[in-house]
Amino acid sequence: MTVELGMPDAPTPIDAAIARSLEQHGPKVTELKGKDFKTDQEVRWCPGCGDYVILNAVQSFLPSLGIAREDMVIVSGIGCSSRFPYYMNTYGMHSIHGRAPAIATGLAASRPDLSVWVVTGDGDALSIGGNHLIHALRRNVNMTILLFNNRIYGLTKGQYSPTSEVGKVTKSTPMGSLDHPFNPVSLALGADATFVGRAMDSDRKGLTEVLRQAAEHKGTSLVEIYQNCNIFNDGAFELLKDPATGPMWTIPLEHGKPLVFGPDGASCVVREDFGGLRIAETNQVDPSEIVVHDATREDPSYAFALSRLSSQDLRYSPMGVFRKVQKPSYDAMMTEQLDEARLSGPGDLTALLDGGDTWEVKA
Amino acid sequence: MTGTNPTVAPSNPDGALATTVSSSAPGGLVKSVVALDRVVIRLAGDSGDGMQLTGNRFTSETASFGNDLKTLPNFPAEIRAPTGTLPGVSSFQLQFADHDVMTPGDAPDVLVAMNPAALKANLSELPGGGLLILDSDEFTPRNLAKVGYATNPLEDGSLEGWQTVSVALTSMTLEALKDSGLGKKEAERSKNMFTLGLLSWMYHRPTEGTIRFLERQFRRKPEIAAANIAAFRAGYNYGDTTEAFAVSYEIKPAPMKPGRYRNISGNQALALGLVAAGQRSGLPIFLGAYPITPASDILHELSRHKAFNVRTFQAEDEIAGIGAALGASFGGALGITTTSGPGVALKAETIGLAVMTELPLVIVDVQRGGPSTGLPTKTEQSDLLQAMFGRNGEAPIPVIAPRSPGDCFDAAVEAARIALTYRTPVMLLSDGYLANGAEPWAIPDADSLPDLTSAVAFATEPNGEDGEFLPYLRDPETLARAWAIPGTAGMQHRIGGLEKADKTGNISYDPANHDFMTRTRQAKIDGIAASIPLTDVEDPDGDARVAVIGWGSTYGPIGSAARQVRGSGRKVAQIHLRHINPFPSDLGEVLARYDRVICPEMNLGQLSLLLRAKYLVDVQSHTQVSGMPFRSAGLAAVIQDAIDSTTASLNGAQQ
Ligand SMILES: Cc1ncc(C[n+]2csc(CCOP(=O)(O)OP(=O)(O)O)c2C)c(N)n1
Ligand code: SF4
Ligand SMILES: [Mg+2]
Repeated sequence: MTVELGMPDAPTPIDAAIARSLEQHGPKVTELKGKDFKTDQEVRWCPGCGDYVILNAVQSFLPSLGIAREDMVIVSGIGCSSRFPYYMNTYGMHSIHGRAPAIATGLAASRPDLSVWVVTGDGDALSIGGNHLIHALRRNVNMTILLFNNRIYGLTKGQYSPTSEVGKVTKSTPMGSLDHPFNPVSLALGADATFVGRAMDSDRKGLTEVLRQAAEHKGTSLVEIYQNCNIFNDGAFELLKDPATGPMWTIPLEHGKPLVFGPDGASCVVREDFGGLRIAETNQVDPSEIVVHDATREDPSYAFALSRLSSQDLRYSPMGVFRKVQKPSYDAMMTEQLDEARLSGPGDLTALLDGGDTWEVKA
Repeated sequence: MTGTNPTVAPSNPDGALATTVSSSAPGGLVKSVVALDRVVIRLAGDSGDGMQLTGNRFTSETASFGNDLKTLPNFPAEIRAPTGTLPGVSSFQLQFADHDVMTPGDAPDVLVAMNPAALKANLSELPGGGLLILDSDEFTPRNLAKVGYATNPLEDGSLEGWQTVSVALTSMTLEALKDSGLGKKEAERSKNMFTLGLLSWMYHRPTEGTIRFLERQFRRKPEIAAANIAAFRAGYNYGDTTEAFAVSYEIKPAPMKPGRYRNISGNQALALGLVAAGQRSGLPIFLGAYPITPASDILHELSRHKAFNVRTFQAEDEIAGIGAALGASFGGALGITTTSGPGVALKAETIGLAVMTELPLVIVDVQRGGPSTGLPTKTEQSDLLQAMFGRNGEAPIPVIAPRSPGDCFDAAVEAARIALTYRTPVMLLSDGYLANGAEPWAIPDADSLPDLTSAVAFATEPNGEDGEFLPYLRDPETLARAWAIPGTAGMQHRIGGLEKADKTGNISYDPANHDFMTRTRQAKIDGIAASIPLTDVEDPDGDARVAVIGWGSTYGPIGSAARQVRGSGRKVAQIHLRHINPFPSDLGEVLARYDRVICPEMNLGQLSLLLRAKYLVDVQSHTQVSGMPFRSAGLAAVIQDAIDSTTASLNGAQQ
């Protein structure tokens, strides 16, 4: 992998360090095994926490991306989920509450040669860090954001979160929470995110598939991962996980496939007035009315309508990739501007200092 | 017509010089030229009158003529407060001289008032006998009523104490532009250039620079350029031919060290210093910033220098600005964030993260009046304690401050040096006065600037005994930790805000380790003192008993006051701090030498609090928080009193 810092003429200390590293270690190692991504740090989530499953899934799928460990950086905020970087043998920063997308933005924008990941929780990303999240999404900086949504504040021991259902009884809301939750997918689409997906912690195959597409996407990708916190919000996603009810309420999204789901494909998604979508019984509608999933639609309204099918009790949850469109990434455009500014050569400090109205005082 | 001071001797030992040099007679008029050693001019008008532009142009002409100068722009926070009202008055003061000047001058010798509001807001500061130039066209009943003048000061005799020249600036501008094809409203807007032309004639300023400037500025609107140039010339010619001005003035160039000069504002110098730091370290620059007065110009300036491998990122807020800068530093760039006091408040948590992760970061705080939104366009030094302590936990960071607009350049390079060498966030405290004020600046030779390449040594090989990389293994001298950047193989590591175990950087909650790491972080910052110069004391005879100590932008007013005090035969030492954290290593000893130490500050005594706490010296704090810089006469009086009372009490003690 070459380092594209948009500075072909004068190698920086960064280029020099990477060149030295290549000399010392030989070419980059990109054929890796899952265990190569493990660290010696003891994983300290509660036994049974959904975070373990996600960590394992990520570690085992990463080798398939062919990215060297040193070229990956995971930036996280604060929360149980945000401990993630410590367990990954990559570069990492466990930063401060809510700010990971901002920190990752600076890193990704100045080092387009890296694969930058953000790991965040529902409180981290949507409460304290909501502003950074939406701005990262609208800018389309090249990074992959994994939002571990357990619909609770885990690390601070169980207060309700901005994704908790209305009426949630927690330590801070003994009579039930009053505020209406965010739907993270709707929020991301509202910010015009170029890649938005959703997956379930326990669904190794589905999770891996969404993660793979997200990682390969150029620009910001957001993956909402439903994650069980077995201590403070156990069973939050049981409706979707339980083999008895899951198929009934899960709408698997597959690009190019009709949106038919449920036992025996009994349910489907059809168009409704005003650009919306609704659930119908498959045998009650003409097959041509059934929506064929298209994640590449430029206009985010369709993906948004999809995200609105589910209610806060998770019935009719689409799972998979909602939207995947190509737009120039912020870091690439920034690099282009730098290249353009250097068309007539790199900056000349002497000329810059000497600029403006100058005069000479003779001896 | 010089700013002589009632209580102390003038700063120029020769006193006020006013010699009639020659007479000329264009068109039969007798015009004389008077030589002066210095002049303070204040231009005042409505925010929409273009006073800042006029002031800047006059400054450029004056700088290129070779006078030494200092400027003080003073404008309201509103972009366009209601026309003709007192809150809408904007002014620009400059002092220029045939010798070196340290301040924009306490009080103007000449006041140009473009409307009744400008007159009302500024007249009390024009000493009796001073020259007052007014735009008579603007003294209409309506405009007079807006600012509560019951009668017209042009007619009621109230201006008799000054040399008042009322000139129909607006109508003469319109007359000059009657063939320009511009409408009345548009043509009227050139009256500031007419005024500039008149002043340029009065003070023998070179005019080519302004004409070139106007051509460049209105490249795409040639008719506007032509109108402004025509107005400018008309103003100049008016001065030359009118009987209203019988005298013009000559202020010889000031002796300056040979070399190339340019006129520069603090924000501009700071931005160039940051570019220079990038070039001298070889690192890409990443600026993360959110617009805020009076710091935004640094963002504007840096965004124009992409060819220097400078990335600028206008973030969604101050927190994102510093976060992105820190992320870029993690990737090996020189991360920078620029803001003012309210922004620093928002950045506090991230500064703490930078302290913990020990990454280089330059934080520029262009201070303004506080608290809260405070006085956005006025100056103050009240963020010092915020810079020192405004974070949770023991989170020491180096704090440095520039002393003049041009010095902002060197301060920026120094901030980068410390940040890179010690892997630490550094706070650079500029202020509104430095940011917008300007002075002639000796252009440095790029190759003679500090070489920062040795401060950047990215680790590429494991440093641990077992072949592992220890990100918190320190350089024994600087205590800087090893810095390895993503992309280098075998060096993968995780850092973060949780307490680090010594050497490995792994999470550690061990009590002894926390104690050790807290002390180590402090020792690293304290150790910076080894790399900075000893205390800078200016005491010409070396036997002063009273010292005056300051930091930042008060250097000029304090220095000018010290000169005045010395001019009166008294002795005073001036100590000015570039480094406030850590202090120069000998500062305690230096302060102990004096019978009395005075500390003037534009806050309620923040540096003196630090000095008292650290050195147990009985510092006498002298403070002002008016949003305006100190006047040197006032400071001189304070210093003089201190000297006289100290001498008296010493004499008393001896009896
Ligand atoms: C500035 C700040 N405020 C509050 C906290 C306390 N805090 C830590 S994690 C957290 C919420 C985490 O919730 P979430 O992001 O959902 O992560 P989870 O633990 O559920 O994975 C809070 C409020 C903090 N660390 N920093
Ligand atoms: S509190 Fe919940 S989210 Fe946090 S580690 Fe335990 S189970 Fe996981
Ligand atoms: Mg959570």
